[in-house]
This record gives sequence, structure tokens and C-alpha cells, in this order.
Amino acid sequence: MSWDSALPLFVLASSLLPGLVIFFLPEERVAIRTTLNLAGAVLKLALVGVMIWGVFHGSHYETRLPLLPGLDLLLRADSLSMLFVVLSSVLWLVTTVYAVGYLEGSPNRSRFFGFFSLCVTATIGVALAGNLVTFLLFYELLTLATYPLIVHRGTDEARRAGRTYLIYTIAGGALLLIGTAWLYTLSGTLAFTARGFLSGLDESHNGVLVVIFVLLIAGLGVKAALIPLHGWLPQAMVAAAPVSALLHAVAVVKAGAFGIVRVVYDVYGLQFSASLGVTLPLAIVAAVTIIYGSMRALFQDDLKRRLAFSTVSQVAYIVLGITIVGPLAAVGGLVHLVHQGVMKITLFFCAGNLAETLGIHNVSEMNGVGRRMPWTMVAFTVAAFGMIGTPPLAGFVSKWYLGLGALDGGQGWVIFVLAGSSLLNAAYFLPILYAAWFKAPPDAWLAERSFGGRETAWALLAPPLVTAFLTLALGLLASAPFSPLQWARFITRLEYTP
Amino acid sequence: MSSAFLYALVGVGLFTLGLYALIVHTHLLRKILAINVMASGVFLVLVALAARTQGATPDPVPHAMVITGIVVAVSATALALALMLRVRAETGRAELAEESQE
Amino acid sequence: MSYVPDIHWGVMVIVLPLAGAVCCFLWPRRAVPLGLVTALGIVACVAGLGWQVVEQGAQRYAVGGWGAPLGIDLYADGLSLLMLMVAAVAGLGISVYSCGYFHRPDAKRDKAKHFWPLWMFLWAALNALFLSADIFNLYVTLELLGLAAVALVALAGGADALTGAMRYLLVSLLGSLFYLLGVALLYHGFGSVDITLLAERVEPSPVVWAAMGLMVTGLLLKTALFPLHFWLPSAHASAPAPVSALLSALVVKASFYILLRLWLEIFPFANAALAQLLGLLGAAAVLWGGFQALFQARLKMLIAYSTVAQLGYLFLAFPLANVIGWTGALYMLLSHAVAKTAMFMAAGNILYFGGHDRIVDLDRVVQRLPLTITAFALAGVSIMGLPPSGGFIAKWLLLEAAIRAAQWWWGGILILGGLLSAAWVFKVVGYAFTQSEVPHETRTVPASMEWTALVMAVVAILLGLFAPWPLALLEIGSPFGRENAG
Repeated sequence: MSWDSALPLFVLASSLLPGLVIFFLPEERVAIRTTLNLAGAVLKLALVGVMIWGVFHGSHYETRLPLLPGLDLLLRADSLSMLFVVLSSVLWLVTTVYAVGYLEGSPNRSRFFGFFSLCVTATIGVALAGNLVTFLLFYELLTLATYPLIVHRGTDEARRAGRTYLIYTIAGGALLLIGTAWLYTLSGTLAFTARGFLSGLDESHNGVLVVIFVLLIAGLGVKAALIPLHGWLPQAMVAAAPVSALLHAVAVVKAGAFGIVRVVYDVYGLQFSASLGVTLPLAIVAAVTIIYGSMRALFQDDLKRRLAFSTVSQVAYIVLGITIVGPLAAVGGLVHLVHQGVMKITLFFCAGNLAETLGIHNVSEMNGVGRRMPWTMVAFTVAAFGMIGTPPLAGFVSKWYLGLGALDGGQGWVIFVLAGSSLLNAAYFLPILYAAWFKAPPDAWLAERSFGGRETAWALLAPPLVTAFLTLALGLLASAPFSPLQWARFITRLEYTP
Repeated sequence: MSSAFLYALVGVGLFTLGLYALIVHTHLLRKILAINVMASGVFLVLVALAARTQGATPDPVPHAMVITGIVVAVSATALALALMLRVRAETGRAELAEESQE
Repeated sequence: MSYVPDIHWGVMVIVLPLAGAVCCFLWPRRAVPLGLVTALGIVACVAGLGWQVVEQGAQRYAVGGWGAPLGIDLYADGLSLLMLMVAAVAGLGISVYSCGYFHRPDAKRDKAKHFWPLWMFLWAALNALFLSADIFNLYVTLELLGLAAVALVALAGGADALTGAMRYLLVSLLGSLFYLLGVALLYHGFGSVDITLLAERVEPSPVVWAAMGLMVTGLLLKTALFPLHFWLPSAHASAPAPVSALLSALVVKASFYILLRLWLEIFPFANAALAQLLGLLGAAAVLWGGFQALFQARLKMLIAYSTVAQLGYLFLAFPLANVIGWTGALYMLLSHAVAKTAMFMAAGNILYFGGHDRIVDLDRVVQRLPLTITAFALAGVSIMGLPPSGGFIAKWLLLEAAIRAAQWWWGGILILGGLLSAAWVFKVVGYAFTQSEVPHETRTVPASMEWTALVMAVVAILLGLFAPWPLALLEIGSPFGRENAG
């Protein structure tokens, strides 16, 4: 097996193997576990670095294992997968550091970090999947690996959330399975191909293809939390902060959104989807999700719940971007895959810090918290402004391209959705910022822990600062080479140049 | 109608009779007997149908089969009787309990 | 050029466990090493036979040189080989597991004394059944298999196990007699019991229909297809754990194997209505078994009802009647055998550790048996049919077959069955994540038992990643070939 065909496997193994070892580590071997975790994360990042360099220079990294006669397990690094791989591996490193700090001294950490690594492995698998069945395989693995993380605390509430999560995702997985198998019997292939592989089929199949499209999107929409399939996401916020970060920014929600991109671009092909008439309904669902999520977020007092509804809204931007036929909107949607991840993970880190350090869970308890935890709140502020879409932050770049794309594609109504959503974003983030910075702090915090003069532990503070910095950098340096924006343009060129 | 065919019909009759008894009787000994009657019916069919053509020497293969079958039936009956005694010792009745815990 | 000696591996596969049974019976004190050595020997012989079949194609032996119709013929093609391999893999696992299970310090010695000879005897009957080339020999092996299985169920002692065993015995005998009457009719009609000869001679006629009805009924009874499954849960659940495992994994599959052989070879003209009926019963089994499993209070009962459901999947291939469907059903059989072995072993560990298998009180037990609950969960993944696992491959193939045959509703049953399984698997696995600090009287589980369960479960997962190999084996001698042409 050559280097080119082994690299995707190595990228998977760099989190899978540490994860498997960690399962068998005794609880008290903290040092070994942390070393394994970080070594895996750093190694993965290095391998991904090599990979991205190779992909940019035209190398083909492809691993092919026979799964069934005529159907391969195919891992392939193309430009779209690299976007997601890079996002996941960078954020995994950051989240690992955060999780190590967050869970210090809590029980069952070997189990937690084992599943944590499996979860990232599944995500990378989703990203690198070269055909729909490989995608399905890792997509289901992701469900299985995240369930233990959601119920990790073992409270009744956590178990309820876990149950809801399973009901949604397993049913979604079943729909995806039906769609995939059906598609396979029609086309005889499932390999992702730029501009799709279905346009050559006989026109008499078009009706069936629409049904399959609905099945696939419904299966993926569960994880992407498109309404009305979003019910599990707000409940799942009972999980620990690093898990929420993983769910919302790195793995689950992103896997769903990424899958929708794959189906629209590389299975059906954008032009063919548009000719089937399925893109506009999907865009409308996305638009409704954007507005609905923001509206619901407005009325949540629980900080993580508010952030969860914000995710529902923000992830739909990605779907909206790719369903508006036009290269600029596509760039906006794809780049938001990365930008939303970086911003939302910052917000969840900060929410976790508030809960861990001061016992704050609700927005109404955040008065004056900026004075007690200035760095955390700086990171929160940067990310919140990014979400609203303030220049020059990352969120602005996404929304700018989405707006341009909508005009370019003749879909003026999207501008109103974007503007409305931005207003709502401002309406649910700005009061938090105002309270945190300008209101007087209470006499005593709810449950304050002391960290010897610092506002909180280093392992908890460094990750949000790094990701907040990234939020800024992704906006400021959007036109630098290898930035997500440039990469999204690179992908879009492939989809749009015949 | 040949006599062989008549024997075969009797065999089928025994089989059906045994099946009926197996279903209606609750006592295990009766059930075991019913199974044995059924087995005899099958053996009768096998032997009777060995005379495949009128007047010719009967085919020996079914006879070999019946002997094998009898050996199997005897051991099965032995096992069934032993089991019945154990059931009786354990539950006090030689009957199959109605599905209680299910 | 073959590196494997060219001896009659097929005969060895039957003789070796018989010899093992006799040895275990004669020297009960040495039963464990004898049993393990025999188990390893069988695995080696199956491997040898596998080599032979892969290299030289399907094999036929005339035992003692007599040949049909008087002598006994053995026949090994890809399908037999696959069944032998399933038995070898599950059987080796069960043997290792039983070492720990029956040899705990406080156990009564006589259970172990009886277990080993019976188990070896059962294995011999099973291997002979998979290699039989004539329908009468199939009857004999089926009967021997049933007797050994009943004796093993009764081994647990206690009212539940004994009544379960008794009911099982009566059902098993009844099924065999139905089958035997069918054999008698076929022999009368066509003068042979050899499957190949019958396949050439049999033509539709009232006698053939009667024979087919009798044989299929008898075999369905033994395979516990809904609604003839009534005897299975109590027998499978009340047996000792390794016995439950081998009953669910192997014994019920044996009668299915015969049914499949007859259906494909002797009755290929069976009409579509009957096939649809079998499919409908299978679908009912999937749903009914799944629902019943969900509402069971005891873990082993739950797993037994899941066997009822999983057996239903096998019958979905009948109405589809295409090669992909048969392959899917066989892959389902294979992965279910391995996964269910792991699952019953895990249940056995839980019972051993905590002294009970009440599902609502599981939280105090499973948290302290991480390896066991992992084994249960991994086996569950395969049973649910989630990737990557053998169960997924099977479900994929069946789904594909259903869509290709334009009978998508069977695919719907597959999906529903998967959702039901997911519901009960996660109901059990969820207990591993509760916060229970209640102290509980426990007994340490031997490491070998926990690890065997885990290894079996991992095999069930790996079957999802290495499917092309077993599937390639299935094509040797093209057991589904006739179907393909027709």
C-alpha cells in the first residue's frame, strides 16, 4: 500500500487508536491519557497538513477497501472534504485541551475520552468518505459514538436527552439507508463525483429521484437540525460543555450539513437538483429554519439553550448557501461551515467556563460577569459579534457572500431573511453583552471556585481565546492563501466550471 | 387399491391420530405416547411404500431407514421419559405449566 | 500445489467431535482440556476442508466407499462450508466460555461432567447435518441435534428449564416426524433420498406438494418461525448461558439450512404464493419478536425474543427469490449467530455477577462489568444492523434485493425491525450510564468469560468490514445457481 493510499487511513487511525487504548486505561492514569489524547490530536493535525498541501498540488489520496462486491469502502481527500477535515482536526485539538481541563477530577474519564476520540474519528470519516455508503457508515458511527457523550453525566435529564437524540438520529439514519440503497439500485454507483452522477439516468426515473432526494435530505436534516427535525438539539445541551462544543461545532450538526452539501453537489449535482426542482423547497426550509431558530433563541434564559437554538439557525445558512444556484452563495455557504464552527465553539467554551467557575447557567445571572471573567467575556463578545455578522469578523464574510450570491442568483427574498436573522441575532446576543459588561455584578456568585487569582483554569481559558482569535483572523485574513474563503472558492470553481 | 397403499393409509391415519392426541392431552406421558404413535405411523408408511411395483421384491432401503428411525425413536422416548420424571419431581405434576412468567 | 494434506477433512469434521464426546464422557475430570483440544481440532479441520473446497471446488465423499443410495454421501459446497465455519467460530467461543462458566468453585460438578460430552455430540451432529447429501441423513442428524440440545437445556435444572426442555423436546420430535413423513413420500415417488438425484427427478405432483407441505411445516416448527415460535423463548432463556448461545446461534439455523437446501434444490418450482406466505410470516416474526423483546422483564428472555425476530429476517429472502436476497439472508444468519453468541454470553456474565437478570435492576451490575456491556453493545450494533457490522451488510443486501425485486415493503420491514432492535438494545445499554452507587452482592466473573464475549462481539463487527471473503465462499458450487438462471 503506497503512501498516497494509506494517508487517509493514517488520518483516521490517529484518533481511533488512541481512543481504543484510552478505553482500557485505568481511571487514575491521567498523564498517559492526556498525552495520548494530545499526541493523537497533534499528529492528526500534522497529517492533515501534509494532506492539504498534497491536495492543493494535485495529489490523490485515496483508500479503497472492498465492502461488498461492486461496492467499496472509499476514503478520498478532495477539496470539499479537506475543508471539513481541517475544521474538525483543528477544533478537536482545542476541544481536547478544553475537555481535559473541564473534566478534571470527574468520574469515568477514560470512557469519556475514548468515545470522544471515536466521535472525531467518525467525523473525519464522514469528511473523507468518497461514496455515499462510506458516508453512511461513518454517519451512523457518529451517532453511536456521541450517544455515550450526551448521557455521560448519567442524570435522568441526560438520559432523556440521550434517548431523544437516539430516536431522532436512528430514524434519520434509517431514512438515509433506504435512500442510499434505492439510489444504488438505480445508478449502480455511489461514488461522489463533481457535478453529480445522476444526470445521465433516464428521465423516467426523475420522480423516484425526487423521492430519494427527500429521503436523503430528511436523514441528513436530522443531524443538521433543520426544522422540523431539530428537536433533539436543544435537549442535548444538558451534556457537558466540551460535548456541546463537539455536537454544535465540530461533529454532529456539521456532519449533517456537510452531508447535504455532498448530496446536492456530488450526488445529484447542483444543476440537476435545480432541474428536478428540489433546491428551492430546500432553500425555503433553510430560510424558515434560520428565522425560527433565531426567534426561539430570543426567548431562552438558559444560556446553552439559547446557543443551541442559535445553532439551529446558523447551520441552516450553510444549506441556504448551497441551494441558491450561484457560485457566490455557494462560497458563502461553504465558508460558513468553517466560520460557524469556530464561532459557536467559542461561545460554548465560554458558557462552560461561566458554569464551571461561577455556577452561572442562565442569561439573567450574567450581570457584571465581564468584570469577574474579562478574558472569557472578551472571547464571548468577539464570537457573538461574529455571529451577528459585524465586519471584519468571520461571520460577516459568510453573510456577505450569501447576500451577494442571493442577488446574483435572482433570489432577492434571501436578503430579507439574512437581514431579519442578523437583527434577531443582535437581539439575542447584545442584551447578554450589555448585562455582562455594563450591569453591576451581584454581591456573591452562585457557586464560585477559586483558581488562585486567575479568572479560571488555563486549560479552560486558552481554548476560547484561541478560537476567538481565529474568528478575528478568518475575517481579517479572508483573502490570504489557504484561508477557508479561498478554499471555498476553489471548491466552487470545481462545481461551476463545466 | 393395493394392500400396500392401504397400509400406507393406515400409517397416515396413525400419524393424524397421534397428532390429535399430542395436542389435546395435557399429561406428559400421553403426549410421549402420542409422539410414538405418530412415529409408528410414519414407519408404516415407509415400509408399506417400499413395495414400489406390484409383485416385485420390496426395496430394502426404506427398511434400513425404519430401523434407523426406530433406534432414534427409542432414544428420544427414553430421554422424554427421563425428562418427564425430572419435571414431575421438580413441579409435582407431569404436565407442561401454562406460560406463567411470560 | 497444495500445502494442506489431501485427506478427507469432511469426515474428520464429524469424527473428531464424536471422539471428543466419547473422551469427555470417559474422562470427565479431563473434560476441559479434552474439549478445548477437540474444539481447536475441529476449527483446524474446517480450515482444512475450507482450503480443499476453495482449491478444488465442491467436494463429495462416499463414506466407506458405498455411495448412494445405500451408503452415506457427504457433500461440501460453499454453503455447507460457510455453515461449518459459523459453527466452528461460535463453537470455539462457546467452548472457551464454558470453561469459566461450568467450572466455578461453587458449581455442582455433574453439570460440567454432562455438558462437555453433550456439547461435543451436538457439534458432531451439527457438522454432519451441514455435510449431509441426502434427505434421510438430514433427518437423522436433525434428530440427534435436537436430542442433544434438549439434554443441554435440561442441564440448568429447575422447573423453568425442565419444562422448557420438555416442550422443546416434544416440538422437536413433532417437527422431525413431519419431516420424515415427507421423506417417505418423496422416496416413494422418486426412489432416492439423494438431494442431487431428487433435484433431477422431482416434478410437481400432488405427492410432491404433500411432501413439501409436511417437510416445510416440520422445519418451520424447528426453526421457530412465527407463529410456531412459542417454544423458543422459554427453552433458550432458561438454559445455561453457553447453551442459550449455541441454541440461538447454531441449532435453529440448522433446520433453516435444510429448508433452504430443499427449497433451492428439490422444490425450485414452489409457487410464489407460498414464498409470499413465508415472507409474511417472517415479517410478522420480525415485528412480533421485536415488540415482545421490548417488553420483557428479564434480559435472557429479551434476547430470546430477539432471536425470534432475527429468524424472521431469514425468511424475507423467500419472496424476493434472487441471489442477492439469499446471500443477504445467509449473511444475516452468519452475523446473527456470532452476535447472538456474544449477547447471550454477556447476559450470562451479568447473571453470574449479580445473580439476576432483571432488566430494571441492571444498573448496579453493568457499570461494574464494562467489558461485558461493551460486548453487549457491539453485538447490539450488529443486531440493529448499524454499520459497520455483519448485520449491516446483511440488511443492505436484503434491502437491495427487495428494491431490485420491486417489493420494497420487505425493505420497510427490515427498517422497522432495526428500529425495534435499537429500542431494546439502547434500553439495556442505557443502564451503563446511570449513577447508581447502591452496593450489591456480587461474584467475580472469570476474565475468560468477559473476554470471550467481547471477542465474539468484535467478530460480529469485523464481519461488516470483511464481507467479501465469506461472500466469495458462498459462490463455490453455486448453491444459488439454479435460482439465478430461473
